[in-house]
Amino acid sequence: MPTQTVSRLTDRPPDVKELHVLWITAGLSCDGDTVSITAAEQPSLEEVLMGAIPGLPKVHLHNPVLATEVGEEFMTYFHLAERGQLDPFVLVMEGSIPNERIKDEGYWAAYGTNPDTGQPITTCEWIDRLAPKAWGVMAVGTCATYGGIHAMAGNPTGCMGLSDYLGKNFRSKAGLPIVNVPGCPVQPDNFMETLLYLLYEAAGLAPIIPLDEQLRPTWLFGKTVHEGCDRAGYYEQGDFAYEYGSPKCLVRLGCWGPVVNCNVTKRGWMRGIGGCPNVGGICIACTMPGFPDKFMPFMDEPPGAHLSTGGIGTYGKLIRALRSVTNSTANKEPKWRHNGRELTTGYQPRTY
Amino acid sequence: MATLTEPVAKEREQQRNLVEMHWDPITRIVGSLGIFTKIDFSNRQVAECYSTSSIFRGYSIFMQGKDPRDAPFITSRICGICGDNHATCAVYAQNMAFGVATPEMGEWILNLGEAAEYMFDHNLYQDNLVGVDFCEQMVKQTNPGVLAKAETTAAPHSDAHGFRTIADIMRALNPFTGTFYREALQMSRLTREMFCLMEGRHVHPSTLYPGGVGTVPTVQLFTDFLVRLTKYAEYMKKVVPLHDDLFDFIYDAMPGYEKVGQRRVLLGCWGSFNDPSVCDYKYEHMSDWGRKMYVTPSVIVDGKVVTNDLVDINLGMRILLGSSYYSDWENSGQTFVKNDPLGNPVDKRHPWNQTTSPRPQKRDFHSKYTWVMSPRWYNKATGEHLALDTGGGPIARLWATALNGLVDIGYIQSTGHSVKMHLPKTMMAPAKEFEWHIPKWSNAIERDRARTYFQAYAAAAAFYFVEQALDAVRHGRTKTWQEFTVPDDAIGCGFHEAVRGVLSHHVVIRDRKIANYHPYPPTPWNASPRDVYGTPGPYEDAIQNTPIFEENGPENFKGIDIMRAVRSFDPCLPCGVHMYLGNGKVLETRHSSVFGLHD
Repeated sequence: MPTQTVSRLTDRPPDVKELHVLWITAGLSCDGDTVSITAAEQPSLEEVLMGAIPGLPKVHLHNPVLATEVGEEFMTYFHLAERGQLDPFVLVMEGSIPNERIKDEGYWAAYGTNPDTGQPITTCEWIDRLAPKAWGVMAVGTCATYGGIHAMAGNPTGCMGLSDYLGKNFRSKAGLPIVNVPGCPVQPDNFMETLLYLLYEAAGLAPIIPLDEQLRPTWLFGKTVHEGCDRAGYYEQGDFAYEYGSPKCLVRLGCWGPVVNCNVTKRGWMRGIGGCPNVGGICIACTMPGFPDKFMPFMDEPPGAHLSTGGIGTYGKLIRALRSVTNSTANKEPKWRHNGRELTTGYQPRTY
Repeated sequence: MATLTEPVAKEREQQRNLVEMHWDPITRIVGSLGIFTKIDFSNRQVAECYSTSSIFRGYSIFMQGKDPRDAPFITSRICGICGDNHATCAVYAQNMAFGVATPEMGEWILNLGEAAEYMFDHNLYQDNLVGVDFCEQMVKQTNPGVLAKAETTAAPHSDAHGFRTIADIMRALNPFTGTFYREALQMSRLTREMFCLMEGRHVHPSTLYPGGVGTVPTVQLFTDFLVRLTKYAEYMKKVVPLHDDLFDFIYDAMPGYEKVGQRRVLLGCWGSFNDPSVCDYKYEHMSDWGRKMYVTPSVIVDGKVVTNDLVDINLGMRILLGSSYYSDWENSGQTFVKNDPLGNPVDKRHPWNQTTSPRPQKRDFHSKYTWVMSPRWYNKATGEHLALDTGGGPIARLWATALNGLVDIGYIQSTGHSVKMHLPKTMMAPAKEFEWHIPKWSNAIERDRARTYFQAYAAAAAFYFVEQALDAVRHGRTKTWQEFTVPDDAIGCGFHEAVRGVLSHHVVIRDRKIANYHPYPPTPWNASPRDVYGTPGPYEDAIQNTPIFEENGPENFKGIDIMRAVRSFDPCLPCGVHMYLGNGKVLETRHSSVFGLHD
């Protein structure tokens, strides 16, 4: 009888045997990221929850859109985690974080009811309670990562991204920074793949997750939309669409693809189907920290595009240099997203 | 499990042991919703219900001053499960304001995308979220007697769906482990692929623009859609009988269940799927092209059509306050639109004239308790401000379409009292016709039943649209988008059916910028609180007087009948319904509670 000499990695018990995922959708959100991940197949939610992928911890998901439990029975897990009785857990935050400090009373976003006061428990309070105890913290979708659509100029809630709220230097119990998976909504497989990476990490099978300066997984957000676009050939030939519905390059119609970090053109939306520019949608830069303000009005040609499309004949270093300048602006959030006591979005509240 | 808050006093005249219970958050819906109730355990009935939401974002505020062409992109982000309905409705409203019409091909692509959205969303909601309320794990906890009966009840349509008993259906609905649960989840992906073919991505589409769509119409595009559609049609041939069996059993097993979630028939449907041969997006012609929609718009009161005219529907809209965290605009806000383009006066409480001023404050169930306003429809014949509901969408759409008798496209026929849906032969199943009949009640079970029938309706309509689109592409009619210029000053409105019911967008443009924008999706109608006249919103109304069939007492009460009543409306808001259920132990002591003293 031959004896086994090479051990199988997946026979090794994971360092972390069980892990809870506490998912708060009660930022200023639309729940679109949760809905999005139900579309994922690489891997699917049920594959992760039912242990279809070998070597990983058992995962318990607590997400209000998918939970069997209702009300306080559902909230029990969040209370347990707060008391340190549900360990380890990953906190997933969905939705922009409102600024509750700019008004005297009431709430912009809340999650459950405080049994002592009968008043809603604000989402910010939950973040304060749970983030320091979490093994890892993930922000899903552009609202939670950087503020997104609800943090647009003139907004009344002063909302922001999770790292604006917790600070860029935040580290979880396991020493991890916030892991940002932007997208409006998040591309389904991008999120599940990132979660899977963290599960491998928790199992002791992977080193620390590689993140870029904006805390995005490098392997997902290291390329631009344009670099993966199947219409890039038209660009190269200087052949541009001038009306929507044309199969040609959309840059003249408002596409920001050349300076936006996103893999949707490579990956498609589901099983390679859909996406944005390669199926006729201008890239509105929905994965970016500067979204939406720096890209509006969406249907106008981006300011730098005229020069670069005009200069396509002298393709090369110059274009790449110009794009890198625009890219670094697009990767910055507007200055009004902060946790101060003053609302600086431009909205002048008269009623609070 | 519900949460006991405080024991409360018993009511004066009757032996009504009222117990406060709340469910916050209501899960398995989209958005944050809480429901607060008082339950009368002696008479096994809900006595009072308050619905509250816990999120405010402020779209109407931050859209001011923005370019109106951005409206479809921005408003899609209102909703994470039917964002495309908003994008579509915003395209309709901007088209009217800009004086442009989507070309024929663009309209077929929009209709196919929206049909796919209905197929996906109802499917996911019905069988992965609502279905859990009827699954074996749940029924075992709430009604073991009913589960025992289900074990011995043969499913009448087992030949169509393959499940021998009702309990087998319930087991198949168990979350993640149930076979039908997983099949439905997978089917929700196939339908989202169909959606992505038309609108680029889900749930915030990338290819929709004022003036049309950017999707490139090819033989391949529509073939890719069609082959997936046939798979869905085959699936629906099994799913409709499965739900009929399950819902009929609930009535049999719990006599009187028709009272759960029942309210007066007060339904609104704003119509869906434009007919490109008549829809020019001009307000002046809206009555005509509205009646040609492939789902007929209507206001239905007590089972009768009050109007099917989109102009009447538009002018009757009123946004009331009363229990919401906002300042009123009646005497302070601007009047943006005095008259509609036909010269009719427009009310100060109409969305065109609304000014949103948020006023965050403590929650107080005697005063202000939610971020949701109270949309009502003013019936000029009676002077009532009607708290219309959408019944989660399908029941209102089918009811309106059935009564009007205006839709006849081969695959769908409205008879004046029913709707017939024809699904053609598919690989393993012969052609099948389903007929939805106007039900006796507007209640939880009929809202849920209508949902499964409307999935078949959307599939049947898609067969018609894909045939039209293929014909157009084969004959070279491939223009999907029409150029326009943004006018200096204009107004527009769009009417559509979001998956869970009525959707309207109202825009006012000044100096080529948005001066006012107010979207009204279904959930503000359904989840609205008591208005300034004291009229409760539809959830509140439907849950009040709902009988309790759950076999548990107050100690381990799940509130399943209340959950079924709430979820039948397909709540979808960053908003909540909270319920308070008292414990049923010490009910004599007066305490202040979340509601405060209730005398």
